[in-house]
Amino acid sequence: MITQQVAEDKLTVSIGPQHPGAGHFRFTITVEGDTITDCVPDPGYVHRGAEKQTEYRNYLQSIPMLERSSLTDVTNIIMPYSMASEELMGIEIPPRAKYLRMIMSENQRIISHLYWLGIQGIFLGHSTMFMWPLGDRDIFIDLGQMIGGARITYSYAIPGGVRNDMPESFKPRALKVFDYFEKRLKDYERIFFSSPLFLKRTLGVGVLPREDAIKLGVVGPVLRASDVKSDVRIDEPYNFYEDVDFEVPSFKECDTYARCMVHLIEMRQSMRIIRQCLEKIPQGPVRVKLSPQQRANAGEAYGRVEASRGAMGFHIISDGSTKPYRVKISVPSFRNLIALPKLLIGSHVADMPAIYWSLDYWPVEADR
Amino acid sequence: MSSSITAPKQELSPAEKAIVDSIGQLGDKAKIAYVRPKRVKILASRENIVEVAGFVRDVLKFDHIANVTGTDFPKDKAIEVDYHFESIDGPGLRSLVFSLGCRVPTEDPVLPSLIEVFPAVNYHERETAEMLGVVFKGHPNLSRFLLPEDWDDIPPLLKAYRLPGRLEAGE
Repeated sequence: MITQQVAEDKLTVSIGPQHPGAGHFRFTITVEGDTITDCVPDPGYVHRGAEKQTEYRNYLQSIPMLERSSLTDVTNIIMPYSMASEELMGIEIPPRAKYLRMIMSENQRIISHLYWLGIQGIFLGHSTMFMWPLGDRDIFIDLGQMIGGARITYSYAIPGGVRNDMPESFKPRALKVFDYFEKRLKDYERIFFSSPLFLKRTLGVGVLPREDAIKLGVVGPVLRASDVKSDVRIDEPYNFYEDVDFEVPSFKECDTYARCMVHLIEMRQSMRIIRQCLEKIPQGPVRVKLSPQQRANAGEAYGRVEASRGAMGFHIISDGSTKPYRVKISVPSFRNLIALPKLLIGSHVADMPAIYWSLDYWPVEADR
Repeated sequence: MSSSITAPKQELSPAEKAIVDSIGQLGDKAKIAYVRPKRVKILASRENIVEVAGFVRDVLKFDHIANVTGTDFPKDKAIEVDYHFESIDGPGLRSLVFSLGCRVPTEDPVLPSLIEVFPAVNYHERETAEMLGVVFKGHPNLSRFLLPEDWDDIPPLLKAYRLPGRLEAGE
């Protein structure tokens, strides 16, 4: 952090990008006394030109490159790309593939939220809450590895369906893991979510009112904590989300505590969805075999999916060849970034970590 | 496994049909590009775009911006900027993504900014400006955002910019 005195009692503090509390992201705050009076975000430290690179690769080749933008949320980031590509190619994937996509997507949501929870714990000074979620996250990564084959980036939901089928041993193992994790969530609530440390630092802190949340176009848990019951899984159901029961949490308080509770409830609901999918999944093929040089019809397609951090969209423009003409990625972290200055200005410096991480801003995803 | 399974056709919902009728009020200020289930796109010219955006917000009830796509079409010597809107409180519009496209010539890529109508376009327009060289008149701050400060080449998403070390088709 670099600080600089700019006036009698004003200090500018540059936080990041090497600061462990910022990720690969820098923002500059101006502090007067104890209050933040200005905040200027400065993303772009991990900009790798993913959108330009998709123009040089065919539809299947872009998948490993695109999924590395959002490391904790791999299945969900390429799902809208696959959905938009399938729309341009004019194909419909088999039902078993859709259920498998749902299972992996919800597993990924739990993995991403556990990473978020670990960092939120350490930002608030609670080091047990850093160790426990990241340890439990490994069990869910192993579950994903049973289907995907790799621990983190498995390139699973490709255009045409999914890459491979689920083994027989997945279902009993998953049910055992969920029973274990339900007990663990009660432990989390006991030591963290109801501890006076957490309540004092998050209740009433960083309030984003409903009208501002809608006007700024924020998405995901940030939007749901601001009294808007919106989730792409119920607004524009894809795969078979309309056939499973789950609850979408929303809170009227619009503060950091609400954003944290949304994450907690979503983890429980993800387990509920996977249990139902494992009951309902039909037999059948899992993939429509496409040639590696598959042509897409000329035109445009826009795919939308509820990723862990919010609604993710891919706008693909095709000119009829084997490579896309233009791919534009609508990233939840980038859409939520505009809320960061709004929330930080006027709050205390000590509230900055709690507010910043409750937005679940992932710099690598926002920069693409 | 056959590779010719075609997607089933879908009907337009009443909300989408109402939108198409309302667009008729704009007369020749906006032209419909396509109407599909859950995706509608209209095209406007740069003289009318702020007025059409106000219409999208106030009459069609799309309350926030989701995404701004900028595309370079060197064959038509134009750059197309697409604004994608979504709606939370509009009736029956949660599943619809409404796109507003506008083409500007490559030699004169100036467009009025929509920041007065939709404040959330701030960072999206800034990114489009640095990636494609489009100038949004009225935007408070079009400085470098994602690209490094010492970038001295042409805007990278133009087709004329070639990624170093990658081959084009046919080379």
